[in-house]
Amino acid sequence: MISSDLWHGYSTSGFFCEMTNSGVPADHQVALIRNRLSSMDLAELKHRAAAAEAELYNLGITFTVYSDRDEIDRILPFDLIPRILTAREWDVIERGVRQRVAAINMFLWDIYHQQKILADGIIPTSLVLGNPNFRPEMMDLDVPLGVYVHVSGTDIVRDNDGRFLVLEDNARTPSGVSYVIENRHMMLRVLPDLVAGVSLRSVDEYGVRLQQALADAAPSHVNDPQVVLLSPGIYNSAYFEHVFLAREMGVPLVEGRDLLVENRRVYMRTIGGLRPVHSIYRRLNDDFLDPDVFRPDSQLGVRGLIDAWRAGNVTIANAVGTGVADDKAVYAYMPRIIRYYLAEDPILDNVQTHICGEPAGLQYTLDHLAELVVKPVGESGGYGLIIGPHASQTELADFRDKLLANPSNYISQPVIQLSTAPTLCENALEPRHVDLRPFAVTGRTTWVLPGGLSRVALRRGSLVVNSSQGGGSKDTWVLE
Amino acid sequence: MSQSIAIAQLRPAQSSDLLSRYAECTVWLARYMERIENLARVMDVTETFVRTGHGYDGWASVIQINADSETFFARHDQATAADVAHFYILDRENPNSIATIVNMARENARTLRPLISTEMWTHINMFHNWVRRLNANDIRPSQLSGLCTRFKQECQTHFGITEGTFYRDQGWCFYVIGKYLERADQITRLVDIKYHTLIPRHAGVGSQVDVSQWSALLRAGAAYHAYRRNMPRMLAPASVAGFLLLNNAFPRSLSLTLRQVNGATSQLRTDYGLRQSGPILERLDELRAAIQDQTIEQIILRGLHEFLDWVQIQLQAIQDGVADAFWPSPEPATRLKGTDQASSWSTDSAQRSTSGPGGLPEVSPEG
Repeated sequence: MISSDLWHGYSTSGFFCEMTNSGVPADHQVALIRNRLSSMDLAELKHRAAAAEAELYNLGITFTVYSDRDEIDRILPFDLIPRILTAREWDVIERGVRQRVAAINMFLWDIYHQQKILADGIIPTSLVLGNPNFRPEMMDLDVPLGVYVHVSGTDIVRDNDGRFLVLEDNARTPSGVSYVIENRHMMLRVLPDLVAGVSLRSVDEYGVRLQQALADAAPSHVNDPQVVLLSPGIYNSAYFEHVFLAREMGVPLVEGRDLLVENRRVYMRTIGGLRPVHSIYRRLNDDFLDPDVFRPDSQLGVRGLIDAWRAGNVTIANAVGTGVADDKAVYAYMPRIIRYYLAEDPILDNVQTHICGEPAGLQYTLDHLAELVVKPVGESGGYGLIIGPHASQTELADFRDKLLANPSNYISQPVIQLSTAPTLCENALEPRHVDLRPFAVTGRTTWVLPGGLSRVALRRGSLVVNSSQGGGSKDTWVLE
Repeated sequence: MSQSIAIAQLRPAQSSDLLSRYAECTVWLARYMERIENLARVMDVTETFVRTGHGYDGWASVIQINADSETFFARHDQATAADVAHFYILDRENPNSIATIVNMARENARTLRPLISTEMWTHINMFHNWVRRLNANDIRPSQLSGLCTRFKQECQTHFGITEGTFYRDQGWCFYVIGKYLERADQITRLVDIKYHTLIPRHAGVGSQVDVSQWSALLRAGAAYHAYRRNMPRMLAPASVAGFLLLNNAFPRSLSLTLRQVNGATSQLRTDYGLRQSGPILERLDELRAAIQDQTIEQIILRGLHEFLDWVQIQLQAIQDGVADAFWPSPEPATRLKGTDQASSWSTDSAQRSTSGPGGLPEVSPEG
């Protein structure tokens, strides 16, 4: 029998490795896991990995991709090797995320009420009020508990020194949390021998916490609020996650057509007649929520919903108009926003960001285009960005034209060499770049799900972890 | 876990009624799965029958049972084994093919994922993924019987998983209603078509009949052995029809399926206080009384075909009544009432008006 060490030839080539750099001295549990991996057989692991992916497909833990004639269910590729965070590392992330969520909620309350931060000149007024995601309809609407962002996902990367940096805030309808929990369940089924005896923080509380936060945030006059999850329906690519969350919370998954508004109150259509609804976790973009207020052609929303909300009869989570807070240009001001509202230094730093809408930022970006990542501010999913060091001369020249045509549409950042984590590849474990999206749930308090979604760029050398661009995911372990 | 969460968990769940849309999809999920099983049974028996050289036009009757003559002959000149098998198994243009019905069942199950058990969903998903991959090679004559057996077994697996895992609340009642309404519809179609194709044109009562054909009919309904136990000394057309329609113990008989529909509908009224069930129950009472008050001989004498036509209109009216009571259209003015639909149905009873949700993707934004 031929058996070779899985770690044979493993080289992190200068990047920060999530498993081999677990502090000095190395965390003993991480060392234990590394040793266990050493003794595992490659063929056996690959066999288990294939079984895991087949199971994800059969269970329908999938997103659907539509082509002209056909629909294809795809799984998010699952890498068997966990990404591990020690208790100390997690503590920094957890506190940092809480702080950020608190500042974002205070920022949103302020800009939709007195706008003191604009008057004090901390952030340019045009950047906020001129932002396409700023919703004037939200002015002076007093959201319960002052919470706009009930669910947030913070995209965090790690530089070569192992420092955690926030790459992006997601304050609208961040997705991916279902994979965090399903990955754990899969891990426990497929690799019980790797987990045995390791003390991991559980991820199973998420549904209960979310339900409680949504109940907390319901209109205060309601004693026993009815929570629902509002989905665009089965053809949405994140439908599996909607199902998952509705089940975990034990609440109905509704579509727009199941709801109606009468006398500024929201009801759902049941076999016993209309039943009141008090708190709506919506997985539908602002634009589609209410044809009376936003896109008049929306078939997916509920006529009169915003009016019922204004009347204080229902809570919408996340609130409308939170997109202004996770905007890539506003992001650049986040450290200042944190200091302004909380009088604290940020626990998690931003990646250094140049705002091309400002003359200095644009000049710097043009001068250093070949070294920078330049991103359009409105896009998500890793589209429309250029990674200077990976781009050809022609691509750079083309991009320069695009940038000059509309500078305020772009920001630039140095290329962050994302940390790597050992990943099961063709012949051995190899380093692949990862990021982390922890999820925070806010009702009366903010709770952060231990770990989060670790996305991994499965292509060698790739820094793009998005599922639409060849990314997969890993189970994220937070050690006790 | 904090104490506040533990306390919240102890609070009883709110007594919230089932979403109307879920009730509708549950009925259709059950109907579609039942429909697949019935179609597979008829195909299987026909295949065996034709293969063993009985030389009658078995495949044409499959088309008749499903009231598909128009659609089928628009595309094919003759009801050959290959064409019929393709039409009813692989043809995605045919709304009554197994490929199409499995797809619709799965769409309904997908909508119901928050409600049904993970096992139910996973099984349908795998069934669907398998059916998607079937091709012309899989429906060759040598494969056909085995394939039909597999369809049948997948449906039976579904029913077993459902029995063992589906939570018994309002959703279960709708599941039972859908499943048995479909079964009632199927048995009446089967008896109607077969009885009239198998009775020799000028034959009087008691004339010689081809026993093997009647056995095949019984086998299509999984009734052969039960019938033999009941009628050890004879096999007569009238008694076969009587057994399939009126027997009170045979699980696919019209009489028994209606009892099931009645039980589930009563449960909605008594256990869940849903008084809209009233008119549906009245109609069921009427239908069941009409069936129980007659012997098969009386029914045949008065006209079996006319009787079965009437039964099918009643079944359709019950389905419409359930829809009106539990998922009324938001704009009632633009919708036909059940009675109107029933009478329009009677003018063309062969037309199948029994299909529900499931269909083409709409555009929907990222959530």
